[in-house]
Amino acid sequence: MIDLSPKEKVYQLLAEVPDPEIPVVNIIEMGMIRDVEIHYDGVEVFLCPTYSGCPAMDMIDSMVKEKLAENGFVNTVVTLVYKPAWTTDWMNDETKEKLRVFGIAPPVGKASSKKGMLNEEDVACPQCKSTNTEIKSMFGSTACKSLYTCTDCLEPFDYFKCI
Amino acid sequence: MDNLNLSKFCIRLGDHCLIMAHRQSELCSNGPFLEEDIAQINLGLDLLGQAEALLIYGAKLEGGSRTADDIAFRRPEREFYNFMLTEQPNTDFAFVIVRQYIMSLYLLKTYQVLAKVEDETLSGIALKALKELTYHERHFSMWLKRLGDGTEESHERAQTAINELWMFVGELYEEDEIDLMAQKAFYAPTGIEMKAFLMEHITARFTESTLTTPKDIYMTTGSKKGIHTEYLGYLLTEMQYLQRAYPDAKW
Repeated sequence: MIDLSPKEKVYQLLAEVPDPEIPVVNIIEMGMIRDVEIHYDGVEVFLCPTYSGCPAMDMIDSMVKEKLAENGFVNTVVTLVYKPAWTTDWMNDETKEKLRVFGIAPPVGKASSKKGMLNEEDVACPQCKSTNTEIKSMFGSTACKSLYTCTDCLEPFDYFKCI
Repeated sequence: MDNLNLSKFCIRLGDHCLIMAHRQSELCSNGPFLEEDIAQINLGLDLLGQAEALLIYGAKLEGGSRTADDIAFRRPEREFYNFMLTEQPNTDFAFVIVRQYIMSLYLLKTYQVLAKVEDETLSGIALKALKELTYHERHFSMWLKRLGDGTEESHERAQTAINELWMFVGELYEEDEIDLMAQKAFYAPTGIEMKAFLMEHITARFTESTLTTPKDIYMTTGSKKGIHTEYLGYLLTEMQYLQRAYPDAKW
């Protein structure tokens, strides 16, 4: 077994902290962990909120501290960073596939393009993959999702907005 | 711009967001239909997040013992600096749409400027908020069009909301010493620039929605000095209830 540096160890532990709203992906895959610093008196985790008012932030804060404390890293400080602003562009293809399998259509296109940002891309149904889908509501179960329905298999589904 | 004045600038902006967020939260379970109910509270949540970030930063800049929660829940109405427009009640769905639409434009313009400032915290908050406001402006302008260009009744009610809320728009492009300092420090929009931006967008959108932009009328003033309409008192009574009844109560 290879010895991990404390920083690598912390990253490994953070990969075990799921997104409270979407348990199939962890907070690293979501791109929320921007950096980790090991100080002499504890660990500092730099966390980037997905939305300004994301109600899961406090929960993630305590989950991170709990996970690290269980593994000997006490005195963890979670510092919020806003810059650069969180974007779905930080999710890789593997993460997007996990979302799809879970039943959430992953973000289509790039947040940097106006088309992507304003939900104007074709969204494929996560069940039957048809792109004959229609938006039912720009806002869904959480701020980061929109509600769609597939006109082929008739399944309603969440779409993770491109932001 | 020194820390104390920058703090006032942040708290004032945070107040707009906080009061708007509270008004939208009142629509929870009271929206016209489920999807719109969810949309309104999601948008309100964005604003609450922006308010929190701005008040936390404002409290930090102040350097005293007040926390963001103290600022939100322990000030009387005379110490709130939100525009009177933000506190106007949800009289009718059209009032919600007109109020939030105009304020979305104001916030968009403000955040566009703040996103470029040197201050890392402020530009970070603004960059994030800017993405959110893009959705807000789109949502409310779609509704304006639907109401204005909809049925005779929806048109009439949208026009009534515009006519009744119009006197509160003047405050959005007023200037006081804090605004002048912000203009000097980081090119915050001047009153003239803000007015031009608002009027250009509002007029275009109203015209497209078959609605009429009111002519020059008397505009209220005073929120920059803590003067408000009667509605703010009732709003705060509800919003601050828990901290007043149980001081220092924690979640």
